[in-house]
Amino acid sequence: MKMAIASTGESLDSQVDPRFGRCHWLILADTDDMSFEALKNRAAAAGHGAGVEAAQMVANMGCRGVVASTFGPNAAHALAQGGLAMYRFSGGTVREAIEAVKAGTLEQLNGANAAAHSGDRE
Amino acid sequence: MPSVAANSPAPLTISVAAGKGGTGKTLVSTSLAIELAYEYPDKVALLDGDVEEPNADLLMPTVFEDSQPVHILVPEVDAEACIHCGKCAEACQASAIAKIRDVVVTFHELCTGCGACAYVCPVDAIAEVPRKVGRIDRGIAAGSVEFTQGRSEIAQQHTGSVTSALKAHIKSGKVSIVDAPPGTSCPMQETIEDSDYCILVTEPTPFGLNDLKAAVETCRTLSVPHGVVINRDGIGDRAVEDYCKTEGISVLLKIPHERRIAEAYSRGETLVLAFPEWRGPLGQVFDAIVEEVAQ
Repeated sequence: MKMAIASTGESLDSQVDPRFGRCHWLILADTDDMSFEALKNRAAAAGHGAGVEAAQMVANMGCRGVVASTFGPNAAHALAQGGLAMYRFSGGTVREAIEAVKAGTLEQLNGANAAAHSGDRE
Repeated sequence: MPSVAANSPAPLTISVAAGKGGTGKTLVSTSLAIELAYEYPDKVALLDGDVEEPNADLLMPTVFEDSQPVHILVPEVDAEACIHCGKCAEACQASAIAKIRDVVVTFHELCTGCGACAYVCPVDAIAEVPRKVGRIDRGIAAGSVEFTQGRSEIAQQHTGSVTSALKAHIKSGKVSIVDAPPGTSCPMQETIEDSDYCILVTEPTPFGLNDLKAAVETCRTLSVPHGVVINRDGIGDRAVEDYCKTEGISVLLKIPHERRIAEAYSRGETLVLAFPEWRGPLGQVFDAIVEEVAQ
């Protein structure tokens, strides 16, 4: 199953980025064989609509779910419309997040758990 | 003192901006408009272009007469007609319409009303429907100034359409003073663009100077002639004046830092209403601008 994990870096040992829409990298991983590709998140630079762009990107690359700590309202709505699941994970590496998804221990979110623009960088 | 014989002012559009917020744009714009209206009754208009937070009406006795909504057209997708080609999402620069797998999702509060999505849709599945993004209120301020303010709807991200609707009320044949929002990003640029002159109000501090430089660069890029008013003179240093001298930018007026001016402001009285001795100097600012623009 293909999952997107918000990441601070481009490897499986990078720390998970808490923000989805404006995370630095998106790791698109196959949870069955741990193969993955790392995408620089272009949406991070957007003044508005970063959550929408990031959601489009991961959905249109075939992901069935997304892992991060916080999801804003536009990202949550877009992902829900596309039938992608949102999972909450914090304080660990991308590899640990994937293991947790496989083990089924992650909390699944029903909607946004952060306000709009919470992930804005200075 | 300006010539009393002239009964028609040069019909310039003068914007008032700053860079740094809280420097006194609205103090200057309202006072300038009121002073000019004393000299040239029925020939002066004031427009409040800070559509996210209009406040000029708070500094003058204002009577509103009329309010009209501002609408933009936003997309509504016919899900049955949609063939999920994604062209609409590709065309959108504002992330207001997205294709998430086989569903097209719209985000109306991000939409700028450009119409690109409906234009590119190969099967005409996108209808454009009106969405209220703000309103334009009109009235009379201080008994003599034709006053127009723009007000954006709360949570509306793009305010440009409200600014455009406001600027449509600039009257040729009258002096129009347009109060800009703070900063130097899109809303300020849209407000000062095409004005004949921009007054940049600053305070004589490092913060004031830093943001003034950005505002000057914006004026230069937009080819808008500009000059500076230093407000709260005395609270900082000479760096702003030295910068203006080096750059050849006129310092049109200096308003000293006086508690009584702030007190009047906090009571809702702009400078010339509380202290009529400032009328003359503001009239001279206008004359100086007319001369600069004529060159």
